Amino acid sequence: MMKRWLALIAMAVSLTALTGCGYNDFQKLDEASKSSWSEVLNQYQRRADLVPNIVASVKGEANFEQDTLTKVIEARSKATSIQVTPETLNNPEAFNKFQQAQGELSGALSRLMVVAERYPTLQANQAFRDLRVTLEGTENRITVARNNYIKTVQEYNVLSRSFPTNVTAKIFGYPPKQTFSVQNEAEISKPPTVDFEKK
Amino acid sequence: MLKWLLAIVLAATLSPGVALAQAPLPVPALSGRVIDQTATLDATQRQVLEAKLAGFEQTKGTQIVVLMVPTTAPEDIASYAFRVASTWKIGRKEVGDGVLLIVAKDDRKMRIEVAKALEGAVPDLAASRIIDNEMKPRFRNNDFAGGIGAATDQLIARINGEALPEVERSADKGLGGLLGDSDIDWAELGIFLFFGVIVVGRVLRSMLGNKLGPLVVGVGAGVIAMVVTASVVLAVVAGFLALLFTLFSGAIALPSLGGGRGGGGGGFGGGFGGGFGGGSSGGGGFSSGGGGDFGGGGASGDW
Repeated sequence: MMKRWLALIAMAVSLTALTGCGYNDFQKLDEASKSSWSEVLNQYQRRADLVPNIVASVKGEANFEQDTLTKVIEARSKATSIQVTPETLNNPEAFNKFQQAQGELSGALSRLMVVAERYPTLQANQAFRDLRVTLEGTENRITVARNNYIKTVQEYNVLSRSFPTNVTAKIFGYPPKQTFSVQNEAEISKPPTVDFEKK
Repeated sequence: MLKWLLAIVLAATLSPGVALAQAPLPVPALSGRVIDQTATLDATQRQVLEAKLAGFEQTKGTQIVVLMVPTTAPEDIASYAFRVASTWKIGRKEVGDGVLLIVAKDDRKMRIEVAKALEGAVPDLAASRIIDNEMKPRFRNNDFAGGIGAATDQLIARINGEALPEVERSADKGLGGLLGDSDIDWAELGIFLFFGVIVVGRVLRSMLGNKLGPLVVGVGAGVIAMVVTASVVLAVVAGFLALLFTLFSGAIALPSLGGGRGGGGGGFGGGFGGGFGGGSSGGGGFSSGGGGDFGGGGASGDW
């Protein structure tokens, strides 16, 4: 009778230990960070798709600053040329490259929008104003997506580094993931503030 | 336990940064459909607006909330609006259809924050047009009630054109409504209850006998499930399962204990007794549906 009791208690304890090792949490957080990363890519893609339209509408403006325009076009082709695979998340170098390219595009775009303020005909152009609103919304969505990614990766990384779940991480191969760093961005450009409504 | 540790670690790593930065504006309590911290709208204007938004929620289900603050400093209006919206999570539970209209009066800025579910009905451009055409000119003439009223009219017209799920009447609320907030780790709760019932069931059976023991376990499991999940249905199910399990566990797992096969009638008594113990949910007043998922959609403007 007593032995059976002990067996039952041991079973309960070992099952709690099994949930305590964090294997299921790794599954959950790994998947969550992957999907939030996809959302980041999705929104960056949305911005990249928007750039040709913006460039086209700005090109219609006679004697628009060519320098600013080429920079945007270059930054876009650079940003879209980088292949992003799931392995990018575990590769600091590739991740930094991706982040830098997107940061450059952010900087080039925000400069373009500032320069565009100087052209009254462009400002009066409804199509261009619409593009500006769409770009603003996209930048907001990028911010939200990046924040989400940072949050999920933070949770994941804490689990991956702290005891005792780091043992699980070692055994099953869940290394800490890369996340966005602000300092790196600051070197490239000021944080893009897409608030063009000031007249 | 792990969650707590994680939270503590997170809090410890975050707190120095938070202390350095200027404290962001707190998110106000969601006290109504129209929250005016600037005392701009008078009582009638507010009531008219509230009634309109309440009526719209009754017919269409979508939740629209208007928030007026003096300023959003140190944040810009977009990030403040996003923070408020994702804290309140306005919008129905399964649909997530919510819109937050926010006015920062002293900053002379406004924003329409649209939940993901409504980004099709109110795309960024539409929100921007509403701001430019309805709010901006009226706000310039200090007609805040008129601007907000016209903007909400436009929002309502746009959302009415979108095919959203019907409003659930409270009478035919399905299981989903009764299940309550799902901010619970079901797997761990299940495992906990499962083993809890086995162990405690044993003890109580040997202490109270084959009939009373299972009954007590059933009621207990029901009450625990009720407290944790705040859901009557789950509590009844948990209580009933616990009772059955305790009743028959002797026969299945440990034949030596002998099997109480009787007492099926007692099962329902235990389950329901545990279930309906504390089933009072607040009625009346306005509360967020809790389903709004905001992704930064919407548009900002100034006047």
